[in-house]
Amino acid sequence: MSPILSVTDLRVGFATDDGVVRAVDGVSFDLNPGEVVAIVGESGCGKSVTAQTLMGLTRSPNTTISGSVVFGGRDLTQLPDNELRSLRGEHIAMIFQDPMTSLNPVYRVGDQIAEMIRAHRQVSKKDAVARAVELLRSVGIPNPERRVRDYPHEFSGGMRQRVMIAMALALEPEVLIADEPTTALDVTIQAQILGLLRTLNREKNVSVVLITHDLGVVAEIADKVVVMYAGQVVEEAPLEALFYQPRHPYTWGLLGSIPRPDEARPDRLTQIPGQPPSLLDPPTGCRFAARCEYAFDDCTRLPPLRARRGDAGHLDRCWLTTDPRAANQ
Amino acid sequence: MLRFAVRRTVGMVSVLFAISVIVFLIFNVIPNSDPAARIAGKNANPALIARVRVDLGLDQSLPVQYLTMMKQIFTGQLTSYSSDQNVAQQIWKGLPVTLSLCIGAALLWMALAVWFGYLSAVRAGRFTDRALTILALVGISLPVFWLAAILLYYLSFKAQLFPTGSYVPLTENPVQWAYHLILPWLTLAVLYVGFYSRVLRSNMLDAMNEDYVRTARAKGITERQVRLRHVLRNSMIPVVTLFGLDFGAVVGGGAILTETVFNLNGVGLYAGQAIGKLDLPPLMAVTMFGAFFIVLFNGIVDILYAVLDPRIRLGEAAPA
Amino acid sequence: MPTPDAEVAVEGRSPWRLAWLRLRRNKVALAFGVLFVLIVLFCLAAPLWADHVAHTGPNQNHITDKILVDGHPTSVVSAEGIPLGPGLRGGYLMGADQNGRDVMVRLMYGGRTSIYIGVLAAVITTALAVIVGVLAGYYRGWIDTALSRILDVIWAFPVLLLGIALGTTLAVGGLRLGGLQISGDSLWIPILIIGLVYVPYMARPVRGEVLALREKEFVEAAVSQGKGPLRIMISELLPNIISTIIVFFTLNIANDMLLESALSFLGAGVRAPNASWGTMIADGYQTIYTAPHLTIVPGLMIVLTVLSLNVFGDGLRDAMDPRATIRTES
Repeated sequence: MSPILSVTDLRVGFATDDGVVRAVDGVSFDLNPGEVVAIVGESGCGKSVTAQTLMGLTRSPNTTISGSVVFGGRDLTQLPDNELRSLRGEHIAMIFQDPMTSLNPVYRVGDQIAEMIRAHRQVSKKDAVARAVELLRSVGIPNPERRVRDYPHEFSGGMRQRVMIAMALALEPEVLIADEPTTALDVTIQAQILGLLRTLNREKNVSVVLITHDLGVVAEIADKVVVMYAGQVVEEAPLEALFYQPRHPYTWGLLGSIPRPDEARPDRLTQIPGQPPSLLDPPTGCRFAARCEYAFDDCTRLPPLRARRGDAGHLDRCWLTTDPRAANQ
Repeated sequence: MLRFAVRRTVGMVSVLFAISVIVFLIFNVIPNSDPAARIAGKNANPALIARVRVDLGLDQSLPVQYLTMMKQIFTGQLTSYSSDQNVAQQIWKGLPVTLSLCIGAALLWMALAVWFGYLSAVRAGRFTDRALTILALVGISLPVFWLAAILLYYLSFKAQLFPTGSYVPLTENPVQWAYHLILPWLTLAVLYVGFYSRVLRSNMLDAMNEDYVRTARAKGITERQVRLRHVLRNSMIPVVTLFGLDFGAVVGGGAILTETVFNLNGVGLYAGQAIGKLDLPPLMAVTMFGAFFIVLFNGIVDILYAVLDPRIRLGEAAPA
Repeated sequence: MPTPDAEVAVEGRSPWRLAWLRLRRNKVALAFGVLFVLIVLFCLAAPLWADHVAHTGPNQNHITDKILVDGHPTSVVSAEGIPLGPGLRGGYLMGADQNGRDVMVRLMYGGRTSIYIGVLAAVITTALAVIVGVLAGYYRGWIDTALSRILDVIWAFPVLLLGIALGTTLAVGGLRLGGLQISGDSLWIPILIIGLVYVPYMARPVRGEVLALREKEFVEAAVSQGKGPLRIMISELLPNIISTIIVFFTLNIANDMLLESALSFLGAGVRAPNASWGTMIADGYQTIYTAPHLTIVPGLMIVLTVLSLNVFGDGLRDAMDPRATIRTES
């Protein structure tokens, strides 16, 4: 089965007054049909920029993009704007972090969904709005006939995100990119939205790329996990493999920092000391070396992303071949 | 909605009352010389001064004087002391001229401002934007009356392209009416085009960074649709409200300079002539008229804002 | 082991330094800022020019004089009453007016008046606006309501009409406030009027910023430290609004100069015997068809001065705007 979306060595640089910010510096991963891939990392690691670049939303005179994003046999980074535009919404759709600001406040919700539909299909406004009603119903919004005429600020946060999801799935795209869809919502609503995404993934076979900084969200929904740090992928593995046999020291730090209800309460939560490096002038070696407890001489060279321990599905970007933590215990 | 309208109306009336008191104070209390002599104007004679004293009850207390003045204004009895003309009548006569000037200029400046502002925002940082920004900055740096004089000199007098001022009523000859108003419209519009195009440009640049614009792009609609339906539409809201206020101000008194130079006998020219003679009744009346217009448009603008922004209409507070 | 040189020293740069760096990059704005300074120096040099180049004062009539133009003796003011136009010469560089006065000299002296009024009025506006805006925004409640109502009423008047109203009434007998007596002909009349008229335009934004700042934690922190209101206003609030104030002040000078010229043109601003660029245009306008230079030249000076203030003020605003950077990753 070939992947539905294939990202190879994606690099995105932004020209600023102070120099070029290398926000994404070598990201590769594959999205298989029906799969949910979670991209996880801290703020500033480049995950949102990656997500937005997939759809070409970062294109501007200040931006340099290299690498390839292959979808349906075509490299999206090379597509002219109008072809890219016809893909958006119809084949690849996106939902964003803050539903409050992501919907235009002066248009009714039904009209905004209708706009999406009518951008790609020849339907009358009436029919498009009728379809919008059905979409709202399918994402669990009660009383959709009435609510389709409401404005975004008349919905609660969770409802607004459902509206966004309804809008994104209006044309039944093959791929949904979700950029931190639950970050702005409180925990109970988070669970509902994730549940909705999981249902849509199973029932409509929508492949999902989910961006998040929350490992709890990852555990809920992901099939495969891609861990990013300082603009690069540092580990990629199926869900269970990542949580039970993590290979990269950064992942160890991430997992170690989660408080665990089944263990004794620690005095302090483990933190990873230090700060991520500047993306204006990133270090030439391993970017995590400065904060890594286990760094050694080889770390002055950037390790390639490879499956080091045999199983092809589990890649990491680290020179270590054995787990030094076992030795310490 | 009704409560909102009632509260605003009450507010407006109280502001108008405060304005009338202030106008009264300015014209009757501040000046330092014998009030009657001052009100009678520069060319007063003793008989006129005596008459003024009786008319305004200047021997009576201030509140009574105020009431007398208000009565005169409202019953349209205010008379100019230098020409014996009824002030209210003169204002009424001048109104069509002033409105012709202001409405025409307003349409012109809004059309141009939206066009230039949109172009500037869409081509931000490039040549078009830089050129338009320079034009806008020059536009807001020109004294209106000076620009009027320059246009009059070069385009009317020297090039003979346009008539040298004066007004032709619309009902008499629409073509001549417009022809005589082209230069005044242009003059009045230049300042505002400069200002508004920059406001729109700034609003649009802010709007382009908003999340909902990103969502609109992600939906796959054309860039033009993004710019018109999302960026421009949302950017126009503050512009429209500003326009309401400025239009009120222009009718209310901003047109004085243009009318003076182009010799258009509107309300502004009337006020301008009164200044030279220090003839206070017309000035008083025109000031009240001007302030009234602004307050009226303030109210209209508030209602307009509610119409354009559903967040206000439906009760949520306006975004900062 | 974590490597020591990973601790890259992050050089903190204050907002002022960042703003200055940004401003430095804006060559156009800087150029116009320099232009404004040059114009001010130009006007300040009036006595030098009058004494050493033109050899005449701003108010000296020379109607019957003749000077040498291209070797021919020419009347400063011709028999038909048409004054000499501009030309490359020491005296009457910008020509003469109907009274035979040297326009260049008058331009420089008049400029001093215009700029003097513009700057002082802006100082008054800024001072009043800051006081009113900070008090209203900080105390809120009835103080805010009262001050805002007053601002609303001033704001309801069309700026020009209010200026005219005050300009004409105060011109008649001057101003008497308690023991203070200002003559109707004094320059302080237009200065105070123009200063007052623009207060609401600055006070409202200041009030808005103070209202927003007030909610921030550092104000709460200061209150809990026991700092009194005045100290908080000075040490916490003012530093945060000062960039807004500076920008507004610069742009306000421009507006003040425009208003002064309009009022003087109409006869409700600067009065004889004082002269400003506005009064020069008013005088020149009488003979615009025969002697256009009398209208054009002072107007151009106003445009140049106001434009340089506007461009520089704009550049200042861009430099101090913290949102000038590109948005990257969230």
